[in-house]
Amino acid sequence: MIEGIFVEGLIFSIMTLGILISYRILDLADLTCDGSVAAGAATGAMCIIAGWGIVLSMVTSFVVGVLCGLCTAVIHNKLKIPGLLAGILTMTMLYSINLRILGNKANVPLVKVRTLYRVFPKAFSFLPSSFAALLGTFILVFIIAAILVAFFKTDLGTSLGALGSNEQVIISLGMDPAVLKYIGLGLSNGLIALSGAMLAQYQGFADANLGQGMAVQGLAAIMLGEFLFKTNRIELITLRVALGSIAYKALMFLGRKYGHIVGITPNDFKLLTGLLVISSMLIAFTRQKSAEDAAKKKALSKIKEAHNA
Amino acid sequence: MLDLEHVTKVFEPGTVNEKLALEDINLHVDKGDVICLIGSNGSGKSTLFNSISGSFPVTAGKITLDGKDITKMPEYKRSFQIGRIFQDPTRGTSGSMSIQDNMMLSMSKGMKGLKYSMSKENLKLFKELVKPIGLSDRLKDNVGLLSGGQRQALTLIMVCMSKPNLLLLDEHTAALDPKNAQVVMNLTDEYIKKLGLTCIMVTHNMQFAIEFGNRLIMMDEGKIILDVKGEEKRKLSVPDLVMEFRRKRGKSFASDQGLLV
Ligand SMILES: Nc1ncnc2c1ncn2[C@@H]1O[C@H](COP(=O)(O)OP(=O)(O)OP(=O)(O)O)[C@@H](O)[C@H]1O
Ligand SMILES: [Mg+2]
Repeated sequence: MIEGIFVEGLIFSIMTLGILISYRILDLADLTCDGSVAAGAATGAMCIIAGWGIVLSMVTSFVVGVLCGLCTAVIHNKLKIPGLLAGILTMTMLYSINLRILGNKANVPLVKVRTLYRVFPKAFSFLPSSFAALLGTFILVFIIAAILVAFFKTDLGTSLGALGSNEQVIISLGMDPAVLKYIGLGLSNGLIALSGAMLAQYQGFADANLGQGMAVQGLAAIMLGEFLFKTNRIELITLRVALGSIAYKALMFLGRKYGHIVGITPNDFKLLTGLLVISSMLIAFTRQKSAEDAAKKKALSKIKEAHNA
Repeated sequence: MLDLEHVTKVFEPGTVNEKLALEDINLHVDKGDVICLIGSNGSGKSTLFNSISGSFPVTAGKITLDGKDITKMPEYKRSFQIGRIFQDPTRGTSGSMSIQDNMMLSMSKGMKGLKYSMSKENLKLFKELVKPIGLSDRLKDNVGLLSGGQRQALTLIMVCMSKPNLLLLDEHTAALDPKNAQVVMNLTDEYIKKLGLTCIMVTHNMQFAIEFGNRLIMMDEGKIILDVKGEEKRKLSVPDLVMEFRRKRGKSFASDQGLLV
């Protein structure tokens, strides 16, 4: 069963990377993701059922995700609405659109069609099927993450980072912040939708309610990862996101498996995820404070020493 | 090279807070001019800079740069020609990025592409450029770790990397201690001379304004009340300036009196 946690965690990490782009790199709290992950799942499932093949279906999911992100960015840029509200608007509208994509059904199963997780066991037939799924997912996620890291090292990728930290710098450098937001939010939601398409194939169905609470889950994974180690290098940040995502899925697994002992049901998971984010923030905050206190103590003792000498 | 015709700026028109910050400004700046801009707090110096660089649209009037009407051009497009440094050292650099990333982005204006500019030659160039401020060995450090003075000097170096046609300095040494202010000022002087920049600099130090550059402009209540150049400027003294102010405005140079040196 442990392979399952890793597969889920790896798929989830693509989505978390998308959330990392909006939340950490662009410094823009974007809630589009709740809608775009379901849009990606729905699009992927319907394209596969229509016989488009796995690759083209996933590319289409990515493009649909990019469009979701662009929708939020246009609302935010043109109407000067805060990013948070723009995201909520897109997310709400997407719920209806996703039902349309799914042919007005809340749930569409992927039966008797070729999906990633029917191809992987064949491609890696030397492995038991659950490990083949893990290997296939790992390779795919690794490639996507490597492309992303390479992108963030380019001049354009670096500009996105600068936008999040100081918009005035971008303007002074002759760049239109609106264009960078289109690129950033498009890329972010493209990844999120891609993750949705992978998830639909893994669980064998697409669901209009798939995205509920995804933004908060992604944040939880990012924060879990940030406890692991400190870094400002994009390749390590990416690794951290993947580890955090797997850790989050592992926690959820433990909750499902042993939660009943303390009376926890899956209905409680949203509450627990929220509490996880809050306590992560609290711990980060206390850590910083205690570091400051330690520095203060050290400084004071030095002054004392100098005084005594 | 820069022309302002009848430029007027009203903040929050039609409200009780309506404020006429620039009133019918006419200004012609020649290529190579180095202008010191003085005036009491609230006289409209920053508003003038914001209008030139396009932080907000002007209420009326026309702004031309190098023969091109830029009155309606968005701020980021004007940035191709105009380099600007604010009083606040954190505004000109991205604090959560390394010095070298900041410098790499400053090498050219405009949208960046999918290429890698962090080459060996460029790193060498960056090292050379930050040598005067002793940061050659810290290129990988985040800018947020620098002191205000170091950060402002870095901003200046970055702004000059793309050789702006017009440089606007808004009290860019005011937040620094005297020693750091001197370092940044020397570097400013050096770059202006080396690159032959056209520059307008806001300062509150009248003695300095008389000594620095070839032209001096004084503003009060949104108007230009004094504009002197060359020989006439060199012969000025601080008491002359204060007297001139009294004569033109019929009041004393209140808020700047304390700064007379
Ligand atoms: N965004 C704004 N909204 C409303 N009023 C403003 C705004 N910016 C400036 N003002 C007003 O316009 C007038 C000119 O302000 P400005 O900042 O240009 O003065 P300044 O000459 O730069 O002063 P200082 O020496 O203090 O920097 C002031 O009365 C100010 O209150
Ligand atoms: Mg000012």
